[in-house]
Amino acid sequence: MPPVPPIPAPRSGAALPRFAWVTAVFTLALIGLGGLVTSHGVGMAVPDWPTTYGYNMFFFPISQWVGGIFYEHTHRLLASGVGLLMTILALWVWGVKARPLLRWGGGVLLLAAATRPWWLPADRHQTSLSLGLVGAVALAAGFVWPRCAPASRGVRWLGVAAFFGVVLQGVLGGLRVVLFKDQIGIVHAALAQLFLVAVTLLAVFLSPRWENWLAGGVRWSSPRAAYLRRLFPVITGLIFLQLVVGATMRHEHAGLAIPDFPLAYHQLWPALDSASIAGYNANRVEIVALNPITANQILLQLLHRFLAVTIFVLIVHAALRTRHLGAGHPLRRLARFWLVLVHLQFALGAFTIWSNKAADVATAHVVVGALCLVTGALLTTLAFRGLIPVRVAARSAAAGPVVAGPAVASNPN
Amino acid sequence: MKMNSRFFLVPALLAGLQAATAGDITGKVTLNGNPPPDAFNDAIKANEACGALHKEPVKVQFYVVDANKGLKDTIITLKGVAAKSTGESAAPVVLDQAGCLYNPTIVAVQTGQKLVVKNPDPVLHNVHPTPSPDSGNKEANKAQMPGGADLSFSFANPERFLKVKCDVHPWMFAWVTVVDNPYFAVTGADGSFKIANVPPGKYTLEATHRKASGGKPVTKEVEVTASGAMVDFTLDGPK
Repeated sequence: MPPVPPIPAPRSGAALPRFAWVTAVFTLALIGLGGLVTSHGVGMAVPDWPTTYGYNMFFFPISQWVGGIFYEHTHRLLASGVGLLMTILALWVWGVKARPLLRWGGGVLLLAAATRPWWLPADRHQTSLSLGLVGAVALAAGFVWPRCAPASRGVRWLGVAAFFGVVLQGVLGGLRVVLFKDQIGIVHAALAQLFLVAVTLLAVFLSPRWENWLAGGVRWSSPRAAYLRRLFPVITGLIFLQLVVGATMRHEHAGLAIPDFPLAYHQLWPALDSASIAGYNANRVEIVALNPITANQILLQLLHRFLAVTIFVLIVHAALRTRHLGAGHPLRRLARFWLVLVHLQFALGAFTIWSNKAADVATAHVVVGALCLVTGALLTTLAFRGLIPVRVAARSAAAGPVVAGPAVASNPN
Repeated sequence: MKMNSRFFLVPALLAGLQAATAGDITGKVTLNGNPPPDAFNDAIKANEACGALHKEPVKVQFYVVDANKGLKDTIITLKGVAAKSTGESAAPVVLDQAGCLYNPTIVAVQTGQKLVVKNPDPVLHNVHPTPSPDSGNKEANKAQMPGGADLSFSFANPERFLKVKCDVHPWMFAWVTVVDNPYFAVTGADGSFKIANVPPGKYTLEATHRKASGGKPVTKEVEVTASGAMVDFTLDGPK
């Protein structure tokens, strides 16, 4: 009698989505720590990468975690932690299928540690020790990895994309240091936001609530379904653009290009001629090393302000447009949360200027900005997955049972 | 190989002749208007290791003016001079980091001349020159351990106010002006300066301060004779 192949157990239950949420929370914390690095202007406090002052980063003495090194080094360590969490998550969603990959990957890492190839960083002993340790753990995990069923195809590949995203993110962070390129820092900051969105979506897609909802085939009919399906992604795209503009401002390392708010140099539109710019630079007191202000930086901050007002108005509008869905509706609750966030974000933006860009305030502004983006991405996902126009709902109702109401739960399946 | 002493005699005579006819440019830079109120560096006091190195409050060094409004830290450069940089053969300029502060905060070097950075502090620093992208000078970032060996930098191209900073201690920064000839000076505490042994001729003299007169150079024409020349500058303070 031929052997019966083992039947994978059901999904990993609550552990996997919880793990995904933990990864998302750590990612948000990592964005915050990265924000602190830039807010304190200490991105180059550790001049080497992937080593730290010649050490393998995991062996860098704690006694040397001083000044700007503390922020930059802990950012690197937390980034490594998030990389590890993301690696586990990306493997976990493949379920039992991850076993061969773990065994092969672990074996390759052990081989690399044993042979110490030329491409290892300067401190080869410590690096090969780290590689060997990771390889041994991966190899062992390959034999005890849970025999759970893989997640859906889309979730599995989202996990793969997020994994390569975090690897690319780490490399970009390192290249920014060794190539002295602020532009890479801007890409690094923008990619961090996209990575957070990906991890959060993974956590949502893996949650039992989402799976039950999908299995139930619940859809919400709305006369504004088509409009909301356009509105949410537009606002979310604008938020991402705003985050890129903000990252560009921060990575100019010029402090506040406009030191007052709501006016700009006491005017609605500041003077931007070269004599005025020279005057702005002459009059400001720089406690930390800042680059001189330029006209382009002032224009960039004006664009940031304009986008802020635009996004604020659009989110208020979006929140009003979801009221018809009824109290307690997930989309409406999320839109109200978005509304709270954008108010907080607007206040933090103002306080960033009024506090002369205090590091903690500026960093909170970055973190809440990331939450605004994630909320927009969730609303967009929910709108596309759950909202259907009324006439489509009516057609579906003709074919099957329909529940009436402003936000109708229907089952098109 | 034995060299004929006449090969050395002719350049020596020419150099001696030039020295005999060359003159010094002296003068003083004063500030027009009042400097802003003193600003204090709170960041250094907040740092445990560096704050312990200072008993007195640390002032921010932007407009350093004496009782007669003599303006310190103004760069004086000479335009139109034929002489080229003496580069690596010039004596190194020293930039100290004692007490987690650069001293001096404003220095000038020739292209190719060594800038030696010292770290007598009990804490590590990183030394990070950040030239402007269009200058052609190279950015670097080197670690310097407590009491570590001196670091040496040089810059190939002229540049005004090239920022050197320590990212470990973000309040630490100095400005290096790179000049492609040996005729320049930085004003002292009383605003005075002296550029020695300038060959006779007509030149344009530039005075540039990081902040005063909007950071823009103020120029004056000068004729140098064997008896030298005297030029004073007045730079505008903040408005």
